[in-house]
Order: sequence, then structure tokens, then C-alpha cells
Amino acid sequence: MSQAGRAFLLWLLAMLAGAAIVWNSRFTADMSFFLPSHPSAEQQVLVDQLKEGVVSRLLMVAIAGGDETQRAALSRELRGRLGKMPEFVSVQNGESDSQAADRDFLFRHRYLLSPAVTPERFTVDGLEKSISDSVDRLASPLGMLLKPLLPRDPTGEMLELLRGLNAGAQPDSKAGVWASHDGERAMLLIQTAALGSDTDGQENAIKLIRAQFADTAQGQGIANASLQLSGPGLFAVNSRATIKDEVSRLSTISTLAIVAVLFFVYRSLRLLGLGMLPVVSGALAGVVAVSLAYGTVFGITVGFGAALIGEAVDYSIYYFVQSGRNGLTDWKQRFWPTIRLGVLTSTAGFGALLFSGFPGLAQLGLYSLAGVATAALVTRFVLPQLGQANGQTRDLTPFGRRALHGMQTLRHLRWPVLALALAATATLFAEREHLWNPELAALSPVSPADQAVDMALRADIGAPDARYLVVIDAADRESALRQAEATGHRLDALVASGQLGGYDSPSRFLPSQASQDARRASLPTAEQLRPRLLAALVDSPLAAGKLDAFLSDVEQARSAGNIERASLNGTSLALAVDSLLLPHGAGWSVLLPLRAGEQPIDPSAIRSALAGNDALFIDMKAEFDKLYNDYLHEAMLLSLAGLGAIVVLLAATLRSPRRLGAVLLPLVLAVLLVIAGLHLLGERLHLMHLIGMLLIVAVGSNYALFFDRASDEHRLDPETLASMLLANLTTAIGFGTLALSQVPVLHAVGVTVGPGAILALLLAAIFAPRASAA
Amino acid sequence: MIKRLASGLLLAALALPACAAFDVGQLMDDLARHKGGKAKFVEKKYISLLDKPVISTGELTYTAPAFLEKRTLTPKVETLRLEKDLLSIEREKQKISINLASQPEALAFIDSIRGTLTGNRAALEKNYLLSLAGNPEKWVLTLLPSDQKISALVLRITVSGSKNQIRSIEYLQADGDRAVMSIEPLEAK
Repeated sequence: MSQAGRAFLLWLLAMLAGAAIVWNSRFTADMSFFLPSHPSAEQQVLVDQLKEGVVSRLLMVAIAGGDETQRAALSRELRGRLGKMPEFVSVQNGESDSQAADRDFLFRHRYLLSPAVTPERFTVDGLEKSISDSVDRLASPLGMLLKPLLPRDPTGEMLELLRGLNAGAQPDSKAGVWASHDGERAMLLIQTAALGSDTDGQENAIKLIRAQFADTAQGQGIANASLQLSGPGLFAVNSRATIKDEVSRLSTISTLAIVAVLFFVYRSLRLLGLGMLPVVSGALAGVVAVSLAYGTVFGITVGFGAALIGEAVDYSIYYFVQSGRNGLTDWKQRFWPTIRLGVLTSTAGFGALLFSGFPGLAQLGLYSLAGVATAALVTRFVLPQLGQANGQTRDLTPFGRRALHGMQTLRHLRWPVLALALAATATLFAEREHLWNPELAALSPVSPADQAVDMALRADIGAPDARYLVVIDAADRESALRQAEATGHRLDALVASGQLGGYDSPSRFLPSQASQDARRASLPTAEQLRPRLLAALVDSPLAAGKLDAFLSDVEQARSAGNIERASLNGTSLALAVDSLLLPHGAGWSVLLPLRAGEQPIDPSAIRSALAGNDALFIDMKAEFDKLYNDYLHEAMLLSLAGLGAIVVLLAATLRSPRRLGAVLLPLVLAVLLVIAGLHLLGERLHLMHLIGMLLIVAVGSNYALFFDRASDEHRLDPETLASMLLANLTTAIGFGTLALSQVPVLHAVGVTVGPGAILALLLAAIFAPRASAA
Repeated sequence: MIKRLASGLLLAALALPACAAFDVGQLMDDLARHKGGKAKFVEKKYISLLDKPVISTGELTYTAPAFLEKRTLTPKVETLRLEKDLLSIEREKQKISINLASQPEALAFIDSIRGTLTGNRAALEKNYLLSLAGNPEKWVLTLLPSDQKISALVLRITVSGSKNQIRSIEYLQADGDRAVMSIEPLEAK
């Protein structure tokens, strides 16, 4: 077998192995792109909530069209249909029957649930006090609601239970079901069985809701009925669709444009095919490397492929154009070392990202690094075995000559460019406070329209925003619940002093076994209770004889078993407990969401109230902001480190401060001009623009190096310059395509590196040492 | 004889509306002219479960058309406030707010008081059948719920008063219990 055949076979085998790995890779387009790979304890809570938390499984639904009664009928039937499906854990629309089960449960178990149940409450004095309070309450406007309960619950335990619940948070109601504030839409709150991180499950659930709604609306003959839906699940599904769509769209645009350019130059399908070989290999190697290193490949990473195509095709352009005139050996000796150095600086830039704690960034780094290195290696070691241009390509010499001539003219721009760069620096310095977008949301692929719908639905339905949480970890369920009760006591003090509006706790509906035992032990026997009751009611308008139901209820509570998790089945309280009490690794976690009262929550007051307890207080918004700031800070360090590595690499190879300066100057100027330009165009900079700056240096250094080599040789051939222009064009196409993306991560890199690459070449030409023009 | 009696009765029947020009419409007009004020109240609730009525006392403040406050002073301090459709109850440091727009039954109940105070006949007739007896000096307005959901709570509401001043309200509940509130104006605005 010939050497060429062997090389091709080896390459083919490697590609097949790579394809097999890619085939078995897991691709995802979920939030984990943005979630920290090494989270702190607080961030871990954030991550868990986003992936598995109840809030992440809530979908808000609004029904519009028809009249009030028709919307209510739609809402009822939709609830009836969805409620039976295993895909949904709960479907709430405010119908009263759903609340009856909860009320029954609370009333039936009131003596084990009420925190007011103590031995003192059932002494003569305790009974006298609690019963006279209950009688007084009958005078209240709410007395009418309490009166039916009095014979069975004279001590008012039910009221104790309801006291801690958030009564004010119910949505409005029209025709017996929840409605928006303006009354024009019926509202439902649906919890999916699928986790928030299960995008397939969420997509399926959303499809089911839409299909069932369409069917219901048709069945009831309401033609103008429409359904609006929002929630984290929809965001995930839409983001994935956007990313999927963009990956194919951007790659297609980038590939077509580059293929057109190459075909124009190569004028041969064979050369075109060979020229794309390093690109395909690089793209495949990138996905394989990411898949092997991280297990999961993010959609956004694959979307970055559009840029990689533009960058990776450069090497084969250099190879074909430069070796076409001067032969392979000459190319290997004269040009390959320069290209190699360019590849090394590029990999140094991408490699810096590998150390990021922001998983998306680390993947982009690895993907690009593996892709660029593979493309270069395939160009160097596989392409020469397979063929050369042999003079088929379009003669670029005249074009190169004209470009060389243009370069002479461009030189006059040296001073104006320096002045412009100075102005850019001044602008950036003056505006330094307004350059950056300080929120993680800047990176989120959720469209502003989707966010607006979400805000509107959230306001109408009063969905929990769960900004403040207290989190407790414990070894088992019982100790988790005990700690929840202990922490609850501390929080009660804040509620009493008005610093806190209230809080939710799983122990409200599922107290620890210890508390239940203690409460049961507080209950007297019927023989003990009867005489005490008589004594307590001597002066009361309530005759003890009317409280037989109370005596028998207490007796029943004494003999009934404890409340278990299963006792809650069939009520919406089960959901409340499951969302606040979670098995977690080897142990259990308890979440206590806090509600603000009249005054906003003061985190330091909560922290000091919890001091000495294992409970962790978390402000979700602050954590998000901190997370993003950490990423940004880290990205700055990594960019500087990447830049440092590139400088060291160049310094070690060039061994001349003057040459190093000549290579770096155009790159620094390009970065300055691009950033100032973006700012003036109104683009708020975020983390990915910063990464873009690093990439301008990593990618742009290739051009500056060619000019450096030319000045070293005291000549710059027209073909070399033409190949650089061509490579620059494909790179600009690749990154420029990303600028079309609606995904902020890709868009930012595109708008930064696309123009940056062109500027880097132009500036390198402008500032190229005069000797090179010989 | 019988014929004379019959025609006499007929005459009397015909004459009755003529001499009693006082009707629901006129009462409503009178009430609508009342712009608000303060009053003391004593409310007695007769509850079958209890051997004697539960008595509460306090003050009422009304400012036309949408503000009503009932401050109970005994036996427990409690404030009930109605501003437009927002009902809030404050008791023992606890405050409950209810948006009546979302609670049609409670709204109908509240409208019986509010509609009478403001002389809003349309609001009253939405949920109740009205009948009036007496004269402007001493009238009795009876409200019978027309909706079954409301009559499951309240069988009859009897409001009595003099001129444009309400002097007592009686609620007869479906279970036979009743509440009587007597109102003594403190000052007129």
C-alpha cells in the first residue's frame, strides 16, 4: 500500500472512531451550560433548584378568548384531562373541590399538626383561655366561618394551623376559577412530573398541554380561544430549539460561504474536497474531545463550529496557495514553522479557557483547541500525502500584487490609526463604568418576548419567586424535620417582630415523629378531659354538654397513628412537602422559602437569627449575581493568562523585543478599536466579549506572524499575501456568521472576533516593517 | 254591603301607593345623600350553641362612597376595613387582606351593607329582592337573597332606620342564628 493510501486509511479509521464516539455522545442545550462546575454550598442549592426544584417544574398557563364562563369551562375541562395524566403531578386552577381535601386533612390531624398543642393547653386554665378566645372570635366578622367548627374544635387548633399559611397569595377568581388581574384570562398552575433539567420531558408535557387545550377548545366550540404558557420548562425547550436551529443554520451559512470562496480559488472539486478535509476532521475532533472529557456536549459548543470552520480552513488555504507555486518542500521549510507558531498561539488562547469554572466556556475552549490542532495536523501530515494543487488553482499573483501595492498606500494611515486608537482608549476609559452588563441574564438565550410573557403570567398567578431560602441538610428525614422545626422557632421570632412576613416549612404538614409523639402525649384521656372541661366552662356561655364531639375527636387523636408522608397523598399538601423536603445524596435537605412582610427582608437579621444553627440562608438573586461576577472575574484572569502565554510563546520564538512589539501592536490596536466600536454601537459588553478579545489576539497573531516572517526574509510574495487575505476572509466569514446568532454567547464572540480578525490583518499590514515590501 | 266593603277595600288598595309615596327608590336617594360619618355600634350575636349572646361594641366610620371601617373595641380589639374591593381584617398583630373581586359570595354579602349605605339600588338588586315598609321617619328594608349560594349563608337581612340614617341591621342566618347590630350616630358630616 502506498504511503498516501496508508495516511488516508489511518485518517479514515480515526474519523470512523470519532464518528462512533459522536454517535454515542449526549447532546444537551439546557441551563447547565451556565452552571458552575465546582459550586459552593450556596451555589449547589441554586443548581439543584434550577435542575430539580419545584419552581423549575412549574408551568403557568393562561387561557384567553370566549367569555368568562367559557374560559372557566375550558379551565375546568383542561384540569380534568391533564390531572389524570401521569405526566403531571398537579394541575391547579382554583376550583374549590381541590381545597376541600386539604382542609379535611388539616382538620382531621389538627391535634398532631398544631404547634399550640402542649400539656398546658389541656389544663383547666389552658382550656378556659383557649375556649374563651374562640367564643370571643365568634363576635368577629370571621366568626361565621369559625362557628361550625366550634363544637369539635373549641380550642381553635384549626385557626392555629391556618395562621402560618400564606392566605393573601391566592390569585383572583372569576366564575369559580383563577383569573388574571384584568379578568380577561383564566389561569392554571401546572406541575410536571418531569424534572426541570429533563428538557425532553418538559417538551412532551408542553405538547400535551397544547394538544389537550386545542382539543378541549374545539370540543366546546370556542373558536377564538388561545393558550399562553410560560415557565422554566418552556424556556428550556425554546432555548434548545433556538440553539438546534442555529447550529444547523449558522454552520450551513458559514460552510456555503466558505465553499463558494474556496471553489472560486481552487476551481476543482477535488481540491475543494481536500481543502475541507482538515475542517471536517477538526470539527469532529472537537466534539469527540468534549464528549470524552465532559460526557455531555452543549449545543452552543457545536454552534461554535461555524467559527471553527472559518478558522480551520485557513491551514489548507495556506497549504494549497503557498505550496502551489513553490513546492511542498519549500512550504514545509519556509511556511510551516510560521503556521505552527500561529497554531500554537491560537491553542494557547483557547487553552486558557480550559481552566474556567464556567462549564460552557471550558467546553468552547476544548472544542476549539482540539479542532484547530487537528485541522493543522491533518493539513501538515495528511494533505501532502493526498495531493497538491499542481497549478490548477486560480492564479492569485496579480491579486497579491495589487494587494501589495495597496499596502504601500495603507502605510500612510499609521498616524491616523494611532490617533484613532488613542481616541478609542480615551472613550473606553471615560465610559468604563457603563461598558459591562452586570447580569448573568445577559448570557441567557431566553428571548425578551418570552421573558415579558413570563413576567405577566407570574404577576397574574402570584407564582412564588423563591428569592430567599433557608436550607438545612440532615442525615435522615426525621432529623431533617426536627431541624426544620428548630429553625422554624427562630424564624417565628422574626415573624412576631415583623421582620419577616412568613415562611413555608414541610414540618407544617409533616411534623417530625418526635413532635407528633409529644403532641399526642399532651392530649388527656376522656376521663381526664371531661372534668377539666366542666371546670373551665363554669363562667362560659358555652355549655360543656355541647362539646361531646370535641371529647371524641381528642380521644381519636390519642389512638390514631402518626402522620406519615403517605398520609398526605391526594392533597396538594403532598406536593408542598415533597418540594420542601428532598432526598439529597446520602441525606435529606429541607428548604424553607421566606416571604417578606411589610418591610423587605434584611439578610443580616435572618443570618443573625440563624447563627449557631446549621441552617444556611440563601439569597438566590445575590447568588446569581455573585456567580456571574465570579465568572467575569475568572474570565478576566484567564484572558490575561492566555494573553501572557501567547506573549511568552512569541517572545521565546521570535527572540527579539522589536519583533515581538511589531507582532503585538496591531493585535492590541485591533482589540481596542473593536471594543470601542461595539460600545459606540450600543452593545453592552459581557463575559463573552471579553473572551472574544482574547480570541482576536489568538487568531489575529497568525497574520502578524506572516508579516514578521516576511520582514525577516526581506520579501513578501504576492501569493503569500493573497493566501493571508483569503484565510482572513474565511475566518471573518466563520466568526461573522456567529454574529447573526440570537444566542448571546455566540453573538458576542461573533461581533467581537469577526471584525477583530479583519482589523488585525489590516493593522498588521499597516504597521508591517518597511523592509518587507521589497 | 259586601259590594261596598269590596269597593272600599279596592279604594283603600288604590289609595295606599298614593299616600305612601315613600318607596325603595326614594329611600335610596335619601341614603345616597348621606356622605358619611361616625357611629357607635353594639352587635349581639344569638348563637344556638351558646347560652347567651356574644356582644361586641365599637365604632363605625363611613366615608362615601367606598370607605367603611368597623373598629371593634370589646371583647377583643379588631379592625375591619373595606376600601373599594379590598377587605382587610386586623387582629392580634395579624392582618388578613381579601380581594373581594375573587370572592363572589363574600362580595354579595358585603354589598348588602355597602349598597344600603351608598343607596346603590342596582348593586342591591343584583343579589337581593328588596321590600320596604314604613315611612321616611321609620323605615324597614328587607333584603332576601336571590342567589342560592348566598341564601345558604344568610336567609334574610333586615335594615331599619330613620331618614337617611341606618339604625340597625339584622342578619338571619340559614342555621337560625342571628346577629343584630344597633347603630348610634355620633356626629353627622
